[in-house]
Amino acid sequence: MSKITDTREAVMVGRRSDGSLVRRPLSPHLQAYDMLQMTSALSITHRITGVVWSVGLVFLVWWLLAAASGEAAFNGVMWFLGSFVGVIGLMGLTAAAWYHTLAGIRHLYWDSGRGFDLPTTYLTGRAVLIGTAALTALTWLIMLIAWI
Amino acid sequence: MATFTLPKNSTVGEGRTYPAPAGAKNVKAFKIYRWDPDAGANPRTDTYEIDLDQCGPMVLDALIKIKNEIDSTLTFRRSCREGICGSCSMNIDGLNTLACLKPIEEVKGDVRINPLPHMPVVKDLVPDLSQIYAQLRSIEPWLKADTPPPPDGERLQSKEERAKLDGLWECILCFCCSTACPSYWWNGDRYLGPAVLLQAYRWIADSRDEATGERLDALEDPFKLYRCHTIMNCTRTCPKGLNPAQAIGEIKKLMVERQG
Repeated sequence: MSKITDTREAVMVGRRSDGSLVRRPLSPHLQAYDMLQMTSALSITHRITGVVWSVGLVFLVWWLLAAASGEAAFNGVMWFLGSFVGVIGLMGLTAAAWYHTLAGIRHLYWDSGRGFDLPTTYLTGRAVLIGTAALTALTWLIMLIAWI
Repeated sequence: MATFTLPKNSTVGEGRTYPAPAGAKNVKAFKIYRWDPDAGANPRTDTYEIDLDQCGPMVLDALIKIKNEIDSTLTFRRSCREGICGSCSMNIDGLNTLACLKPIEEVKGDVRINPLPHMPVVKDLVPDLSQIYAQLRSIEPWLKADTPPPPDGERLQSKEERAKLDGLWECILCFCCSTACPSYWWNGDRYLGPAVLLQAYRWIADSRDEATGERLDALEDPFKLYRCHTIMNCTRTCPKGLNPAQAIGEIKKLMVERQG
């Protein structure tokens, strides 16, 4: 016999008109719900950018390791990060880091018990999106000026 | 556990189409989730074409028209038809709401109607709510006080104390919010969900209740309360315009404040 790990399993069993048991279907969730509405869309983006940022830090470790181990290794890393794929990746990481930071501040604001009403929620949500775009662009502008 | 796809027995197939009567000018298609425990088949989507010139303004009017005139096997809960009983909560056009409060004209294109999401289906648009009712029972939604009431009258509140309950007592337990919450979808076996937590806060915030400490103790749990990640789908979808996310935020704040 398989073990029940989720108490909701108990209500997944129903009865037919003749009294025999039948397994009930689970109603559609992601399949039916409007997942592009701002509330849940920004929330899942917060989580995804957190994962992306964490994984992206592997590149920082790689860069530091290469810098410590010698010129040849360091040049290899710099070539990769300077390539088209590398730059696109770094831009993505910058955007993810800014989004996650700004959305984190939004969460802190909520944690203080404020900003729960819908108009404010939409306002801070839009601010996070616009802020991410602006700060990512600004970061790269400063970086390009410093580089050239 | 988060499972993003539906189980094999729950995937939805195409069903029948019931065309509009000849000569109908103002036709709208209603695509409705159907499942019959006696049929021995997967759920399906039936399409009913309705002449809106011969139908009331709300989605519930269309459902009742379908049941009366086209297909009497269509099953759904309804009672008051004015947004106070909470029976006709369902997923309409991708958002949970009360069918009786949702004007048909607000829906662009076909009207897609599903049962409340991520719930066991009893039949068609009727979900099994026993789990969520058991969770409501677990927060003991009644006044608890050791002090006896004054011998000459009822327990009094100031206007300010009473005002703290506004936005909480209006909840009609339709569970649109809980079933709109992805966190409740994935962890609903242990997470209480927005509707039940709003009820919990309704008693925590009541100046006449003397069990605030015990109530907070009972909620101090990684799953019961803290699976709320402030996604805000609950507040977005509430057909009564209440704010479960704020109520949960207030509980979380009280948890921190009482640690001193």
